[in-house]
Amino acid sequence: MLRYLERSLPRLVLAPTAIAMFVCMYGFIAWTAGLSLTKSRMLPQWEFVGFDQYARLFANPRWHVALDNLLIFIALFIGISLVLGLLLAIFLDRKVRAEGTLRTIYLYPMAISFVVTGTAWKWILNPGLGIEKLVRDMGFSNFEFRWLVEQDMAIYTIVIAAVWQSSGFVMAMFLAGLRGVDESLIKAAQLDGASVIQTYWHVILPIMKPVFFGAVVILSHIAIKSFDLVQALTGGGPGYSSDLPANFMYTFAFSRAQMGLGAASAMVMLAGVLAILVPYLYSELRTKKV
Amino acid sequence: MNFKLSALAAATALALSPVTQAGEVEVLHYWTSGGEAASVNYLKDKLASEGVSWSDFAVAGGGGESAMTVLKSRAISGNPPTAAQIKGPSIQEWGELGFLASINDVAERDNWDELLPSVVSDVMKYNGEYVAAPVNVHRVNWLWANPEVFQKAGASIPTTWDDFLVQAQKLKDAGYIALAHGGQAWQDATVFEAVVLGVGGPEYYQQAFVESNIQALDSDTTRKVFETFGQLRQYIDTNSPGRDWNVATSMVINGEAGMQIMGDWAKGEFTVANKQPGTDYVCVAAPGTSGSFTFNVDSFAYFAQGDADKTSAQKAMASAILSTDFQEVFNLNKGSIPARLGMDRSAFDACAHASMDAFVSSSQTGGLVPSFAHGMAVSEAISGAIYDTATNYFNSTDSAEQGVQQLIAAISAAQ
Repeated sequence: MLRYLERSLPRLVLAPTAIAMFVCMYGFIAWTAGLSLTKSRMLPQWEFVGFDQYARLFANPRWHVALDNLLIFIALFIGISLVLGLLLAIFLDRKVRAEGTLRTIYLYPMAISFVVTGTAWKWILNPGLGIEKLVRDMGFSNFEFRWLVEQDMAIYTIVIAAVWQSSGFVMAMFLAGLRGVDESLIKAAQLDGASVIQTYWHVILPIMKPVFFGAVVILSHIAIKSFDLVQALTGGGPGYSSDLPANFMYTFAFSRAQMGLGAASAMVMLAGVLAILVPYLYSELRTKKV
Repeated sequence: MNFKLSALAAATALALSPVTQAGEVEVLHYWTSGGEAASVNYLKDKLASEGVSWSDFAVAGGGGESAMTVLKSRAISGNPPTAAQIKGPSIQEWGELGFLASINDVAERDNWDELLPSVVSDVMKYNGEYVAAPVNVHRVNWLWANPEVFQKAGASIPTTWDDFLVQAQKLKDAGYIALAHGGQAWQDATVFEAVVLGVGGPEYYQQAFVESNIQALDSDTTRKVFETFGQLRQYIDTNSPGRDWNVATSMVINGEAGMQIMGDWAKGEFTVANKQPGTDYVCVAAPGTSGSFTFNVDSFAYFAQGDADKTSAQKAMASAILSTDFQEVFNLNKGSIPARLGMDRSAFDACAHASMDAFVSSSQTGGLVPSFAHGMAVSEAISGAIYDTATNYFNSTDSAEQGVQQLIAAISAAQ
């Protein structure tokens, strides 16, 4: 009896979490997938209409705006965060004075929620309150910086705020990676006469490939599920020009009473996340086996 | 004869509503701001005197959006509140889902069919039976103007959209913001609605924006609507995106801007700032819509209850809502006008009087139309499509033709 307990205790302890995971994650994913095939409007109605909702989704101009915005956002947000984070990490790694203080300063934005970030940047970027007014008050009366209120540029303000928030975190990841690089390799490179830049480019960065990979995966899922930042910073506006898919989903499922359409957009987002995660998990699991 | 009839009605009313009525109403609403909360308290006290207790279920925020999300989850779990603040075509949607209770016996007893204009009572009925009680009528097509600004700029208050553009230019030349506006989707839609009604007239409005008739939409009138709407872009200030409506109203109050197009709830802002209608501010119908009236009616819909006590409490509440004293107190606080006709109007101000007159006269001429910008005319899906197009167009530099095509595509996709 005791032995039986001993053997199954881990399973027993893990069971509640496993059940909760299955119901709350996979159960609800299945429920949403089901909903996306029905004609549900205000409340779930199980009357199946096949892939109608998906057809309507892709006929909706607002969805295409949201998708385009997501591509712009993912590319710029991940790209700029990586470059900035890496540079910050490298500079800090050059054994600067007060490294601890600087590191804390760069990491602080991470401690703030996206809602606060969004609200603060909304004020900073507002032409009548923030940067534009500041520079004009300094005497440059023709200065213009009004991306926040321009339809074509609003999505870039979201990139700015998101990069500000996340590059410190990327820096921390890279810094940890840099500290893990074997000193002797760097010494060897120096002996061979490599300059600092060459050392980083040819020796250190290739070693840090897994860190890059981890950072990209973490940043891309932050990007796909971004919702609160848009809501706080632009509210999807002007018009709906800075909508991201998550905002689209919320609007249509909950305030527009088109639950089926909202569910369909959620499934497309899930497919997007899987497209990034599956190759990552696959490569991870494969390297483990070898 | 008439006197006898009404005496009889009063007698039955007394007989049907015993003073010792027990029961409780649980009311889901989103009236949480000062004046609104005071009105809700009045209703609560009135019901308490009839022995009905009130369980308050206020969900603030998002113009009722959060409240509706809560309501949906309560309804799905089989535990809906006794009454909920629902309006317009949503009442029909809830009716179709089978959640609503008929309050037809109260309505018949209190003669609602005669008290309410038929455009209003139609909205309150599902399958020919009353399922909701109207609280107020907002007029949406108002133009609020600051006469001092107009005088300084040498402009006059416009009565047509063509004139509007001329006068707005004068205001702009004199250094004022011509049109105070908040760039939020619903405010864009509110202005768009005023343009539709002013340029196209009520008949076109009805066909194109209530019945969503594609032929009516694909017309020169719609093109002209988008042209006019597009020209307004130059008369608002660049900081408008995201601004709240009451901030825009305060720009008119303190003389920064000349006018605002907004429903009659804007009056509350003027009143709080101690401004007098006629002298400090002017309320006129939005350009070209003086004979028309876009209505936005708030109402309480009643959910089917298993418990007989709750059902009778529900009916007492419905009856109290249509009572003259509640309608007066509530609407004085809210800036709207009573939903029932033929009430004493001495307590109301000049703007409300104008609104009441227009309400009665437009209901006879066919100028009384539901507001699509405030969820009275079409389903949430279609009004969402109109919102998207209006706000997207207003914030872009698209041509009128592009606007028309986008609108037609969006409405057909939502149907």
